[in-house]
Amino acid sequence: MQSGQTNFVAMAGFAIFIGLSLVITWFAARKTRSTESFYAAGRSITALQNGLALAGDYMSAASFLGIAGLVALSGFDGLIYSIGFLVGWPVVVCLIAEPLRNLGKFTFSDVVAFRLRQTPVRVAAAAGSLAVVAFYLIAQMVGAGNLIRLLFGLQYETAVVIVGLVMLAYVLFGGMIATTWVQIVKAVLLLTGAAMLAFMVLMKFSFNPLALFEEAARQYGNGVLAPGGFVAGKVEGVSLGLALMFGTAGLPHILMRFYTVPDARTARVSVAYATAAIGIFYLFTFILGFGAMVLVGQPAIRAIDAGGNMAAPLLAEAVGGQAFLGFISAVAFATILAVVAGLTLAGAAALSHDIYVHVFRGGRASEKEELKVARGATIALALLAIFLGIAFKGQNVAYMVGLAFAIAASANFPALVMSMFWRGFTTRGAQASILFGTVSTLLLIYLSPTIQIDMLKHPAAIFPYKNPGLFTIPMSFIVGIFVSLLTPEPAAQEGFTRLEHQIHVGEEEAV
Amino acid sequence: MSDSEVHLTRVAAARWRLALLLTAAMTVIYVGFILLIAFNKPLLGTVLMPGLSLGILLGMLIIIIAWVLIMVYVRWTNTHYDHRVADARRTRQEGR
Repeated sequence: MQSGQTNFVAMAGFAIFIGLSLVITWFAARKTRSTESFYAAGRSITALQNGLALAGDYMSAASFLGIAGLVALSGFDGLIYSIGFLVGWPVVVCLIAEPLRNLGKFTFSDVVAFRLRQTPVRVAAAAGSLAVVAFYLIAQMVGAGNLIRLLFGLQYETAVVIVGLVMLAYVLFGGMIATTWVQIVKAVLLLTGAAMLAFMVLMKFSFNPLALFEEAARQYGNGVLAPGGFVAGKVEGVSLGLALMFGTAGLPHILMRFYTVPDARTARVSVAYATAAIGIFYLFTFILGFGAMVLVGQPAIRAIDAGGNMAAPLLAEAVGGQAFLGFISAVAFATILAVVAGLTLAGAAALSHDIYVHVFRGGRASEKEELKVARGATIALALLAIFLGIAFKGQNVAYMVGLAFAIAASANFPALVMSMFWRGFTTRGAQASILFGTVSTLLLIYLSPTIQIDMLKHPAAIFPYKNPGLFTIPMSFIVGIFVSLLTPEPAAQEGFTRLEHQIHVGEEEAV
Repeated sequence: MSDSEVHLTRVAAARWRLALLLTAAMTVIYVGFILLIAFNKPLLGTVLMPGLSLGILLGMLIIIIAWVLIMVYVRWTNTHYDHRVADARRTRQEGR
């Protein structure tokens, strides 16, 4: 593969996918008349559909290109990410999915604010959501720009603008219905693409994955099958692991998907489908990563992109030629587009539903007015995404996603859990916990070696670890508990009984 | 508190117990795996048979375990919890 060379199959795949998503948008736009359809697809998505859409929302370019690249370049160490991205799902289904569906309407702030004072909680929760969305968006946009530049020979900036505008068109007009279907199509494409790729790799090893791993170990030493220097210290490893595990349960665009189904049972079952799809996909990444290591070779992968992000496309070219490379490239593009759409919608919901409607209008905005503001917020976020994508050109994609997970785990997850489980949780407690989680994570990352030594070239970092999760997650809980104890709130305690009831029976039944 | 409320409270407690148990199980297994990586890299590098190290075997097992835990939760709630919540609702409506 030559960088910047135009691949016509990729171009065609890319055009077909854009065309398909615009057709979906056209159909969806006719049904998108209310806030319920714009944010939550009219709550009419089935369990299997939502499961695939969750998978499509979750498996980002960082998963497909990033992990395959990490495994190809460092073997076992890359798998730490694959596994970390999956173990958050049992937490989501056990603790979060059903209560969220039964308590809220559109955003996870609905749950935290359920029995607390609306304004302060919504401001904090929206800030937490937007911080996660912003870093996640940067990662996706930077990934998209690089990918398209490499694959189609377009300028980085042009590529970022195209992704932003296509995404804007379908979120703006098709809302959650279009976003859901684009995510479903993308999930099916990604699973099919990864399966075909794995199949073609295994064909060369008589369908025995161990033969592939053995060949990798023969070429690069047994070290590729063992943990290496990636998780350097003990603290670092646990810290990263906790952020990946609990971050999933605090990602606003994932949580928002649970509002698109009719009831809690469907929400729960959809996680089973989602995890099946995501789990199978991550098992494929084992094959793809080692396949690229053996069949493409580490030097060739590094030559195209030092971070290894092009390992999967290069592997596709090695086993299936130009046409297959084109197909996999189009799949990678679809992957990014679908995730960016989910993120933008979650950000727009935080801005319009939480900030505009509940903070500025005291919960009294008409449907039409809210929909208008939501669309305005979508346009603003799409422009922001384009701007961030260009401003952060050259940043490490996997690192930005890790940062988003760390904020989600430290800011959103603790407040969500305490609001559902602890009677004594108060408005001030929620506010303090979310803001502390957001600010402390950002601050510790700023003071970490990643920024201080690698980026700013200072000789030493004030905070010695790259991953702050081990400190910020428990501290957010402690801050929330401590502040709640200092500011007792009888109304919030009374509301807890209603919350406990509604968690199990849903809204209709609550009196 | 009415009978149906007591019944609902009991079902609710049973679900939280299972949910917390499964969450704890996943956390212990995953953090244990990370700690093994941090404290005993050579152990995970042990080659069990050509091409298969202990680390890769455990990694694949964790992905499978995560899925099994979710299936346990979904099956229990689909078969027991939903019915018992529905029962509690019905009793409450009849009692009105």
